Amino acid sequence: MRWFNHAIIEKNLILMGVLTLITVSIGGLAQIVPLFTVESTIERVQGIRPYTPLELMGRNIYVREGCYTCHSQMVRPFRDELERYGHYSLAAESMYDHPFQWGSKRTGPDLARVGGRYSDDWHAAHLRSPRAVVPESIMPPYAFLDRPLAYGDIADHLRAQRSVGVPYTDEMIANARADLETQARPDRDAAGFGTRYARARQGVFDGNAGVVTEMDALVAYLQMLGTLVRFSDVTPDQLRQQ
Amino acid sequence: MAVAGYAANQAGTATVARHEPYVEAPIRAFAIATVFWGVVGFLVGVVIASQLAWPLLNLDLEWTTFGRFRPVHTSAVIFAFGGNALFCTSLYVVQRTCRARLFGGENMGWFLFWGYQFVIVTAALGYVLGVTQGKEYAEPEWYVDLWLTVVWVHYLIAFGGTILRREEPHIYVANWFYLAFIVTVAMLHIGNNLALPITLGHAKSYGAASGVQDAMIQWWYGHNAVGFFLTAGFLGMMYYFIPKQAERPVYSYRLSIVHFWSLIFLYIWAGPHHLHYTALPDWAQTLGMVFSVMLWMPSWGGMINGIMTLSGAWDKLRTNPGLRFSVTAVGFYGMSTFEGPVMSIKAVNALSHYTDWTIGHVHSGAMGWVGFVTFGALYWLFPRLWAKKGLYSEKLVSWHFWIATLGIVLYITAMWVSGILQGLMWRAYDELGFLQYSFIETVAAMHPYYVIRVLGGVLYLSGALIMVYNLWMTVTRGESEEAAALPVASAMPVPAPAE
Repeated sequence: MRWFNHAIIEKNLILMGVLTLITVSIGGLAQIVPLFTVESTIERVQGIRPYTPLELMGRNIYVREGCYTCHSQMVRPFRDELERYGHYSLAAESMYDHPFQWGSKRTGPDLARVGGRYSDDWHAAHLRSPRAVVPESIMPPYAFLDRPLAYGDIADHLRAQRSVGVPYTDEMIANARADLETQARPDRDAAGFGTRYARARQGVFDGNAGVVTEMDALVAYLQMLGTLVRFSDVTPDQLRQQ
Repeated sequence: MAVAGYAANQAGTATVARHEPYVEAPIRAFAIATVFWGVVGFLVGVVIASQLAWPLLNLDLEWTTFGRFRPVHTSAVIFAFGGNALFCTSLYVVQRTCRARLFGGENMGWFLFWGYQFVIVTAALGYVLGVTQGKEYAEPEWYVDLWLTVVWVHYLIAFGGTILRREEPHIYVANWFYLAFIVTVAMLHIGNNLALPITLGHAKSYGAASGVQDAMIQWWYGHNAVGFFLTAGFLGMMYYFIPKQAERPVYSYRLSIVHFWSLIFLYIWAGPHHLHYTALPDWAQTLGMVFSVMLWMPSWGGMINGIMTLSGAWDKLRTNPGLRFSVTAVGFYGMSTFEGPVMSIKAVNALSHYTDWTIGHVHSGAMGWVGFVTFGALYWLFPRLWAKKGLYSEKLVSWHFWIATLGIVLYITAMWVSGILQGLMWRAYDELGFLQYSFIETVAAMHPYYVIRVLGGVLYLSGALIMVYNLWMTVTRGESEEAAALPVASAMPVPAPAE
């Protein structure tokens, strides 16, 4: 190749640096940008809503404890996974997840559709002492989650979420604290809460009424996973990507 | 022809006098930190492997669960052990191949050293206390990310500045790889960590992207943390230390060029193979698969270039156990860069994904390639950085080599068996058409392999402890080199362009 001599690049740091940067930028741009611009990337299904304040705090505990290091939240479109976990996961179902928690390893089972599969009591007992419920389990015990949840800053969380694109309304932010407590205390009137967060369930998630604990938040989160889309109402056309 | 060019250059390099001495003290510190964090990382690895075999070892404490320790292990081995090795060798190599003192001098070296150790410690403390972004290999929160960005910009300035001062006309091939590593990791780090703190007083932040886009950005980052941190950077190491140890020029200059540009172009596309059969659109998955398979070629091009450098010097493998590490590393590199493309094929990935096969794959790369090429470089560097005639004991290097190799073999074979076994059990049906195994049965079936893995990890750690002893004795008891052999003598041959 007489017209080109690699020595030109080898003798010029700036040229080499710029060419390197261009070379390594192409793949990422080609794969990432269309995901933001092609609208059909997110399936057009009904029912996806932002997390309730209690679920959001539970999700933050899920992230904090590194649950994603052993549990995926992404059911693949295979027969055995359909039977074991349920309908394959949609992009829409994690569209408000900052960060996504699809995971990469199933040391434990997939949790994308664990919501409603076990009782609240089962979850609380299992989290406190996994081997008391499932003898062969190798999961760490999480009894320390029976401590008060720190949620004084819950409105800040919702505000930050809104800044990165989650559609929390002014009303949701103004009521964040009350909504969080309402969800963990079934004796409270849930009228406003219920209209703000469709299909959200009140409950004494940790088995103890009174103080709202981290256990309440985590179980509330686990119990809503994969429950927002009613697959009986979904048409194939809504699921089509690009 | 290219070989002849290299050889001719090698003959004529050793005598140019420089104006200033090379910066060495911070590089010695980086070398010590590499060893220290290596042992910490391997130890935490053994701990978390044991937790999977015997869950009581989670100790009923929130700070010691697998979920919080696992990022400590991955960050310690990748960013602390691997990162310090990259700082150490890149700053050593760039000065010698450019015949120029480090840009910014000792102060720059010390800033990079302490700045980077601060990143490691604040990140690890965060994990144990539950401060994490929840994205694999990018767990540090926004305040650590910002500080790392500051350190990294200084790294680029120090490295690039040294190249700009060079007295050699050409930039040596090892430096291309180091440069690509520094530039690309900067791009990936910033791209994947765009996040908004809840308030400035909060350790926690929410990332800018969500769901499927966040997943794609994460694995664009995550796979190229492998591609550029653990591959390109360590290939820089290969391109300096193997020719040095073998006392032979790099096999092919032309192959270096093809290897370099094709590797860095293709690697970036491979991220989606971590997201096969997920909610990521099919077109992106297909791109990820196709480019991953193509990546096999430049990877093996690099392997051939590294191994064939030993042409005519294979006998040195018998007498130089440090070289044995470096060359075996390239062998493991070849093996895992073949396994990787195989696993990126969707049909294979359907079985391997979410299982221990992935863990075994990553460890053949991390322990075999990254670990061994680093050990080879450390055994070469320590006597030279401390001006000793040689290592305390070549025999202990051999012991390290065989114990660590046995450890890797146990580790990866256990993970192949457990991964494929579990993948098959998940999809097994009985004669009545029901799923044959409950999930927990597949967990219980893993136990023996998890015990074997612990054993493999213990062997690998033991090998590293032998290295610590050997290097300690080299530094404290080794016979000093005579003053005559200043670093001038170790300048690297610079490749001439192909004719």
